[in-house]
Amino acid sequence: MRFSLRSLVATFAVAMALFAAVPAFAQQPSSVNPTASAVQERQLLDALRAGTPGQGTTLSGRITIPDASAGNLIQPQGQAWRVFHQGAMHWIGAIAILGMLVLLVVFYMTRGRIMIEAGRSGATILRFSTFERFIHWLTAGCFIILALSGLNVTFGKFVLAPLFGEDAFAAMSQWAKYAHNFLAWPFMLGLVFMFVTWVVHNLPDSTDVNWIKKGGGLVGSEHPPAKKFNAGQKVIFWSVIIGGGLLSLSGVYLLFPEWAGGVLALQFWNIIHGIVAVLLIAAMIAHIYIGSIGMEGAADAMTSGEVDLNWAKEHHSLWVEEKMGKGSIHPHAAAQPAE
Amino acid sequence: MARMKFLCDADRCIECNACVTACKNEHDVPWGINRRRVVTLNDGKPGERSISMACMHCTDAPCAAVCPVNCFYTTADAVVLHSKELCIGCGYCFYACPFGAPQYPRVSNFGTRGKMDKCTYCAGGPLADGSAAEYASYGANRLAEGKLPLCAEMCSTKALLAGDSDMIATIYKERVLKRGYGSGAWGWQTAYKETIAI
Ligand code: HEM
Ligand code: SF4
Ligand code: SF4
Repeated sequence: MRFSLRSLVATFAVAMALFAAVPAFAQQPSSVNPTASAVQERQLLDALRAGTPGQGTTLSGRITIPDASAGNLIQPQGQAWRVFHQGAMHWIGAIAILGMLVLLVVFYMTRGRIMIEAGRSGATILRFSTFERFIHWLTAGCFIILALSGLNVTFGKFVLAPLFGEDAFAAMSQWAKYAHNFLAWPFMLGLVFMFVTWVVHNLPDSTDVNWIKKGGGLVGSEHPPAKKFNAGQKVIFWSVIIGGGLLSLSGVYLLFPEWAGGVLALQFWNIIHGIVAVLLIAAMIAHIYIGSIGMEGAADAMTSGEVDLNWAKEHHSLWVEEKMGKGSIHPHAAAQPAE
Repeated sequence: MARMKFLCDADRCIECNACVTACKNEHDVPWGINRRRVVTLNDGKPGERSISMACMHCTDAPCAAVCPVNCFYTTADAVVLHSKELCIGCGYCFYACPFGAPQYPRVSNFGTRGKMDKCTYCAGGPLADGSAAEYASYGANRLAEGKLPLCAEMCSTKALLAGDSDMIATIYKERVLKRGYGSGAWGWQTAYKETIAI
């Protein structure tokens, strides 16, 4: 059915005429023309599509069932959501995640592993306390399982179902769903802890401007000065806080549908949840890379918590200076020969 | 093979809700779930119409497209059915459905909506036709016995029609031509991308 401006205007005119004519019919039942006075599906749907003011988004009426939402007769938006979820969502997810992997492979091949230029000193400095490491891994562990079980909802039926068969795949997806629903809570707790613990170190300041100007030491070999967190890490921090916050908000609505207020809101929150999830997953892949194979000495910060002094001086010079003053260097803590 | 559809002639529906009741009874539908419902538009105004609505068994069904575990299938009669063994209760079919057909036994229960339930066109599910297990999960399988959906069969005004698309469309067309008016085949445009030309 093609839609032209003229038919829109005509529909609107008919609707207006009907509206004006209604009281007249009520007074003179003998003149009722059932075709003209009856609500017509065609008209109502056209008005919905045209977004005619006062029509809303749903054909709905009165219902005797206590559940008021059952009074929604037709909500064509579900079809648009389907097109998004089976189309754009797949592309956004695939491009974000595979694109990031490709980018990192290219980066690794051109830049290589970022080494400790002065070599390991053997002396270490405490970078993250046990509590800091605990909340990091609490959040990270939950995140990985949330990401995998979430991606299973988006891509599982194309990737895993052909491998496992429909029955095993459905059984696995059921467990994945439970994992997603329950691990969401420790993840949200971790987010709160991370925010409270690290926010003071992540407020943007003048060192960040310089750090970004110098390319953060990622391009080139210069190491611009940085405090406990450099600008790149601050970006990661705020991505996690904002992205994780949006995932929590949208996810909680998906978990408690009655809070969302109707199916249109659920479609909206699902779209937010899906897009933010794949973007954050891409960001986390980069974070995992630079914290492990991408940079010598970085992983120590979140494993033992003790980083090599030379690593710290190169990457977080201002922070080291501040710590030096407080005497938190451990000269013999990790007495290994320099590589 | 037939292309089964529902058609509610709103100019005949008197909102008696007998279809709703018959459906609940025939399939032992659990509390809180109504596979069929009657919605009244323009209630109390001239031109008011009531429409009995359930799953429309869409062409290229949106629910089936979005289900993350592919639990839907379309029968040879074009009835859209699903497997409760496979369903994980994610709620996605409900987001996609233009008619609000999919429902869940535990809507208010955190994270576990339970297995989705919807109108089966009285055609049961993937379990053995007419078995007790099939009845317990999906309700009666009248189609396998050569009977049409009960809601339409017992409709006192014959407003609700079920059967092969061509056949019910012809009946509706004849009615409209004879009486001179008709408010449309409700839901057809949305579910089948075509409506009945009169
Ligand atoms: C923070 C709390 C979170 C809650 C309450 C939550 C809840 C949900 C719910 C209810 C769904 C619908 C599917 C289902 O029931 O399994 C879902 C889907 C999904 N979640 Fe989460 N989630 C959370 C966090 C995350 C995180 C951290 C990620 C990944 C980084 C994520 C990624 C996804 C993805 C990719 C989907 C599938 C989207 C789609 O294709 O429609 N979620 N989530
Ligand atoms: S009416 Fe809803 S549940 Fe039925 S086939 Fe169409 S989309 Fe699926
Ligand atoms: S609720 Fe069940 S049937 Fe509906 S989309 Fe999810 S898994 Fe599929």
